[in-house]
Amino acid sequence: MPRAAKKKSVAIVGVAESDQIGKVENKSSLQHHAEAAYNALEDAGLSIKDVDGFLTAGYSSMVVAEYLGITPGYTDSTAVGGSSFIIHIAHAMAAIQAGYCEVALVTHGEAGRSRRDRPSADPAEPGQQFEVPYGFLGAPIGYSLAARRYMHEYGEDRVRQGMAEVAVATRKWALKNPKAYMKDPMTFDDYHNSRWVSWPFHLLDCCLVTDAGGAYVVTSAERARDLKKKPVWVQGAAEAHDHAILSQMPDLTFPISRETGKKALARAGMTHKDIDLAMIYDSFTYTVLASLEALGFCGRGEAPDFVANQRTAPGGSFALNTSGGGLSYTHSGMYGMFLVLEAVRQLRGECGERQLGSPKVALINGTGGYLSSTGTVVVAVD
Amino acid sequence: MTQQYNKPLPHPQGESDVYWQKAKQHELWLRRCDECGKAYFYPRDISPCCFSKRTSWMKASGRARLHTFAIAHRAPTPEFAADVPYVPAIVDLEEGPRMATNIVGIGEPTPEKLRIGMPLVVTFEDVSDTIALPKFRPA
Ligand SMILES: [Zn+2]
Repeated sequence: MPRAAKKKSVAIVGVAESDQIGKVENKSSLQHHAEAAYNALEDAGLSIKDVDGFLTAGYSSMVVAEYLGITPGYTDSTAVGGSSFIIHIAHAMAAIQAGYCEVALVTHGEAGRSRRDRPSADPAEPGQQFEVPYGFLGAPIGYSLAARRYMHEYGEDRVRQGMAEVAVATRKWALKNPKAYMKDPMTFDDYHNSRWVSWPFHLLDCCLVTDAGGAYVVTSAERARDLKKKPVWVQGAAEAHDHAILSQMPDLTFPISRETGKKALARAGMTHKDIDLAMIYDSFTYTVLASLEALGFCGRGEAPDFVANQRTAPGGSFALNTSGGGLSYTHSGMYGMFLVLEAVRQLRGECGERQLGSPKVALINGTGGYLSSTGTVVVAVD
Repeated sequence: MTQQYNKPLPHPQGESDVYWQKAKQHELWLRRCDECGKAYFYPRDISPCCFSKRTSWMKASGRARLHTFAIAHRAPTPEFAADVPYVPAIVDLEEGPRMATNIVGIGEPTPEKLRIGMPLVVTFEDVSDTIALPKFRPA
């Protein structure tokens, strides 16, 4: 049986980044939202006037919708970190199926590198009271604490090698993506010699910090069929979170994608064997290892072997993060949006030098917060 | 405290006042759910295990084991620049709950000095007139 879309009810029909991504001085986060929205609607062959549903994270949807000049009849500001934009696919699907809207626009924009001010936190949040005073600040410290525990359980040397494999393989993909921030090859020595950020993380275990926006458009089958590009059908989705701050994470080595992966696949009526491309949020090399296991691509503690010998690099047997990922392509802060863009482009066959033949089915897994939330979506083309 | 303490301080809330008052007296106190008998962290009036209002305060032993740690080499904000390398850690308290803290009393931190599972004991760092931060050192 040819693997292809089984469900054809709701599709992603337009995707784009903002005009420039990487280091973009003097553009605000909102400008990145707007440029990406403009470009994604153009990619779809739709007008802003067609948009009747709006979803975003980072800002309230009120703020961004006003900025864009739209009056949505369906609004969703679900904000659970970088996975939000994966979860928005399912929310848009549900809204379209329920008749709440017909054309849903989802936008992201973050001047992660060049923004002029940092938002201040609410001191009543538990993290501000019970983690921040100890210097639990920023993602590298949080995720490195989880990675250290994983190393303890599964062996430091082999985990270190697995992390290096992910960093090196992901860079190889980035070199094939003209939009990628990182332009130079990375050797294993480069990885091992890069400075410590938060041990056990080297600099090259950590995602980039860039300025970028991204957007996509979701619509009904009826509308999708008349549009410019091949529809990318939503097959199945799931979302969950099991904590917010890291010290409350039930198991530092087994994120909540343990639930969303199997649910999304079951809802899609598919198995791991059907997946031609995995787009897995790589905030850190460790995030990839933990997610591969939680999603069920391999057993617990097996991810370092799963990624061995550059299996996920170009030409390898498991296609992963072909854009170059958050590690080497772009990472504005809440990177999840960009997983969607690459999955759609690969399924449409638009990826140039990094194109994977004719993939039919992709699994997208976004992680948000401190391994706190995940959204998993399976998408496919005819 | 010879220098002004400029790192982020906790802002106690109504339901955590007791925790911070006890910490200032160099005691570690936890909330306990009287429905199931479990201690929990962080303090809140309604328990997260049973969603029960039958909760109380208990004094912790101060003994813990190291659950995981990192060694921060790059200061996340300028206020931590003088502290690097420092050790963010998560510890398993003897009573069951897990909490975020720092490991202190080991000199210049290196991975070799820190072993997951190692026994620890609480120690308090007075950082302001009202706040003492519970930290942990090797037992
Ligand atoms: Zn209870």
